[in-house]
Amino acid sequence: MTDVSSVGWVDILVILAYLLTTAYLGWLGYRGTRSAADFLVGGRSAHPIIMAVSYGATFISTAAIVGFGGVAGLFGMSLLWLTFLNIAVGIFIAFVFFGEPTRRLGHHLGAHTFPELLGLRYQSRGIQIFAGALVFLLMPLYSAAVMTGGSIFAATQFGIDFEVALLMFAIITAAYVIPGGLKAVMYTDTLQGFVMVFAMIFLLVFTYSSLGGITEAHQSLTDMADMVPAPLQQMGHQGWTAMPAFGWGAKSYDLWWIVITSIILGVGIGVLAQPQLIVRFMTVRSRRELDRAVPIGAVFIMLMTGTPFLVGSLSNVWMAQNGPLLHGKLVQELNTDKGHALVELMSQTDSGGWTPVISPKTQAPAQVPLVVTERDTATDAQGQGFDLITGRSTAVTYVKGQADKIIPTFISSALPHWFGVVFLLALLAAAMSTMSSQFHTIGTAAGRDLYERIRHKGETHEPNLLVMRLAIVLGLMIAVTISYTVRQEYVIARFTAIFFGLCAASFLPAYIGGLFFRRVTRAGAFASMIVGAGVSMFWLLLVKAKEASAIGLVQILTDGKSSILQDHPNWPSVDPIVVALPAALVTLILVSAVTRPPNAEHLRRCFPERAS
Amino acid sequence: MIGIDDPYVLFAYFGTILVAIVSVIYGLVRRNAALDLVTEEDRHWAREAQEVEDGL
Repeated sequence: MTDVSSVGWVDILVILAYLLTTAYLGWLGYRGTRSAADFLVGGRSAHPIIMAVSYGATFISTAAIVGFGGVAGLFGMSLLWLTFLNIAVGIFIAFVFFGEPTRRLGHHLGAHTFPELLGLRYQSRGIQIFAGALVFLLMPLYSAAVMTGGSIFAATQFGIDFEVALLMFAIITAAYVIPGGLKAVMYTDTLQGFVMVFAMIFLLVFTYSSLGGITEAHQSLTDMADMVPAPLQQMGHQGWTAMPAFGWGAKSYDLWWIVITSIILGVGIGVLAQPQLIVRFMTVRSRRELDRAVPIGAVFIMLMTGTPFLVGSLSNVWMAQNGPLLHGKLVQELNTDKGHALVELMSQTDSGGWTPVISPKTQAPAQVPLVVTERDTATDAQGQGFDLITGRSTAVTYVKGQADKIIPTFISSALPHWFGVVFLLALLAAAMSTMSSQFHTIGTAAGRDLYERIRHKGETHEPNLLVMRLAIVLGLMIAVTISYTVRQEYVIARFTAIFFGLCAASFLPAYIGGLFFRRVTRAGAFASMIVGAGVSMFWLLLVKAKEASAIGLVQILTDGKSSILQDHPNWPSVDPIVVALPAALVTLILVSAVTRPPNAEHLRRCFPERAS
Repeated sequence: MIGIDDPYVLFAYFGTILVAIVSVIYGLVRRNAALDLVTEEDRHWAREAQEVEDGL
């Protein structure tokens, strides 16, 4: 797509007005009741809408909207399973079953971070340091995913370089996060949540109505199954409204394992073990507040993830109906009734002849599917006649397979320019609310869980706060560096999935054990965390082909292979969570069974309700 | 149905709407069911959290 918008004065004014409003709300909040802790100290109750939208805005970021929305554009509506899990697990199970026990345990033990909660529950400094180190080291990866999502959108919307967009995004984020955003001001989170809700409702309604309605839009997408690019078909892609082919032992099942294990399970389950979200439960006033937040949280998440996943998939239809015209030489008729054809892309030279467009990836003429609008005869550069096919293609074709560009390209092409500005504000909102909690978590992990625990600083807060501030600046710089350096394929979704999967495998068994099972021991919890993190790292470094080949260690050890299981189909596509989480769970059970039970007095302190 | 032939995708589509509806019903039914009690321990926890935030 070469047709890009540009930045106008009105755009800049609207963005500035929004940022000033956010700053003003933050300042108002700064003077009075501002964070969840303030509400609690004052004995007051935050409105359930504020509590739920604030939680949702922290949960959802540009990674979900741009990254996973783009993956839906590539792989299709099977991603709706992630929306299902986001609501069923991320909201319902999290709020109904995990929220209150976490809140109570945190308050009984005086824990203020997730690593501290684990450390105090299991009476282990080592557990707190290990968990704090994992959070500190890995969270910047997730922050980088959020930054990349916002920057790619801004670059596409305003026709500026990605690097410039990233720099602007980093400056705005730093300006928000460093001086004030860390206070997790609930009113600004809520304003950001409402901007996101408006943008998503408009986007969904516009997309369905521009494609003739819900059924018509879906049917058009179903009818385009033969236009799935060949490399995706070979992995098991069966169309944008169908699940990938399921099976084991052949490369034609790879996509199912990627979509289900990495994208859906990793993120869908991993949400339960997100340190920045778990801490939010401790700031809640009571069980009643949690119950009341469930409906709003569910509807909010449905809009925030369901909309980009549907729109990402449907963008293929919109582009096939309205995208720029492409030209090519017929390779194969895909479906003559529907006018679908596979062509070799051609471009016209100054002399009027036609020459093939070379794919930079394969160094061969690029082949794309077209919905044919016109057939003609033309002459190539050698003077030979051929059938010239003209038509439009899928969103995947226009972004050259780069999933992260699908949502930005669709919005800048299909929607009015003013909406692009509103959507950018929504993305800024999504990014800022998520990043403020991410960097808060990085800061507390470094200051409270690592520095204080290692140096035994105890009650002294000043050096601790300095460490926190330094850690936040360092985390921001690492995130920007990762975002600047790594931009391959659907990197936003992959970074997010890696972080969520690692959190699930490392923390989930110990967290669940700590909340619900008194027999789980310190050794069991620590061993499960080490096994979960260790197996995940091993899998990412040596087995999961995409990540392992990008890191490069496996190629050194195996003379150029992308996975140590390269000759065993499907294993290199399986996400670490499938192996690491069960391994961590089994370790927790076995080690706890053979080690001394926790001290009864400590358990009474953790669970006084059960003791009485 | 609604232009989607694959039953698993259809299940995800309607399952998403269904689980959202269940969540709404749950919230309405449980609106005042749980106790809304703030203990001194809760307040103490919040004061500590506030100190760290103010320091930052």
